[in-house]
Amino acid sequence: MVVVAATRAEQAVWDILNTVLDPELPAVSIVELGIVRGIELREGEVIVTITPTYSGCPAMEAIQNDIRFALKSAEFTPQVLTVLSPAWSSDWIAPSARSKLRSIGIAPPAHLASKIGVRVNPMLGIECPLCASASIEKLSEFGSTACKALYRCLACREPFDYFKPI
Amino acid sequence: MSAHLRYVLQLADTNLVWSHRLSEWCGHGPVLEEDIALANMGLDTLGQARLLYAHASTLENKGRSEDDFAYFRAAPEYLNFTIAELANGDYAHTMVRNLFLAMYFKLLWKAQLASSDAVLGEIAAKAVKESTYHVRHATDWVVRFGDSTPEARLRVEAALAELWRFTTEFFSIIAENAPIYAAGIGVNLRELEAQWTEEIHAVLNEATLEVPATSAFRSTGKQGVHSEALSVLLAEMQSLARAHPGAKW
Repeated sequence: MVVVAATRAEQAVWDILNTVLDPELPAVSIVELGIVRGIELREGEVIVTITPTYSGCPAMEAIQNDIRFALKSAEFTPQVLTVLSPAWSSDWIAPSARSKLRSIGIAPPAHLASKIGVRVNPMLGIECPLCASASIEKLSEFGSTACKALYRCLACREPFDYFKPI
Repeated sequence: MSAHLRYVLQLADTNLVWSHRLSEWCGHGPVLEEDIALANMGLDTLGQARLLYAHASTLENKGRSEDDFAYFRAAPEYLNFTIAELANGDYAHTMVRNLFLAMYFKLLWKAQLASSDAVLGEIAAKAVKESTYHVRHATDWVVRFGDSTPEARLRVEAALAELWRFTTEFFSIIAENAPIYAAGIGVNLRELEAQWTEEIHAVLNEATLEVPATSAFRSTGKQGVHSEALSVLLAEMQSLARAHPGAKW
């Protein structure tokens, strides 16, 4: 019974974390992005372990605050730990997040991060999130945030953000 | 100061000072996309510097914070490579400096994954991914300048001629650093130099640019002996924190 209860509490925590959205990608939860690495229920506390996407990600503080606020609102006592290892990878983005990224105009990574070398054509496989055309051009290696690059669709002419494989 | 702490501060300071030079482009980039790209790279290197300062603080164990390291040390206490502190020039100057530094860090972080210092290995695992994009950005521009208009070519050649002599500092072994190589904390600089030289030659070759001649000049920033540019940079970067110690916003 204890185990079942713990599992229920854990599920409740995961359900809450699933409602915490990334402030820079407001359609996708921090769980779907792979930022939450684990949870632990210990003596009345919930310990949530997260990892930054990029070393200098300015959203980390906001994410920590959002997690604390969401869990406190549900009567939990949260503690948020940040770990660096293993280093976050865009390969951890959940399949469910890919269509959500498209819905807010962001093309999801077209490659596994391990396949990306410096001199590899980075444009292969990228599709416009609006019209799905593969006819695109790169405007800049860096977009509105460090995790995105800026592209333009040559079919519908709309510029769009591309979530870089990393 | 232990050799271990000194080494971590050399890495942290180089990334912080380089980040500051990148951030100075904000609002001055040649086009909006480049303005944003440089700010993003500045953010990456600032993030790496913060992780390294946090590690330095643990190693030193005297309660100094990241901000204490950044804002309350004078130029002779900074241990960054001199090339990182040089005042910004034109865009070719910034792209050549980015190419040299980003290539250095990409290769260093890759080798640093196997460091006997596990925390440094964790920082390296994050940073190596970011550096790969920095190298790609700088490579694209150096190649573009090299096979572009005569004006672009003149400028990138001038930047190469000015900056090349500062890169010997990347690979010189100074006595203060010797213990970290013996302890497996640092990486093999001879191997790093060979890889860096090969990669840089490949980029310059693609850009149809000549590799500059070596010179007898040696910069000494990692020993705390800097060009005058660092004092000016720190005066601006540290002014708010020093005028209002403990300021929060």
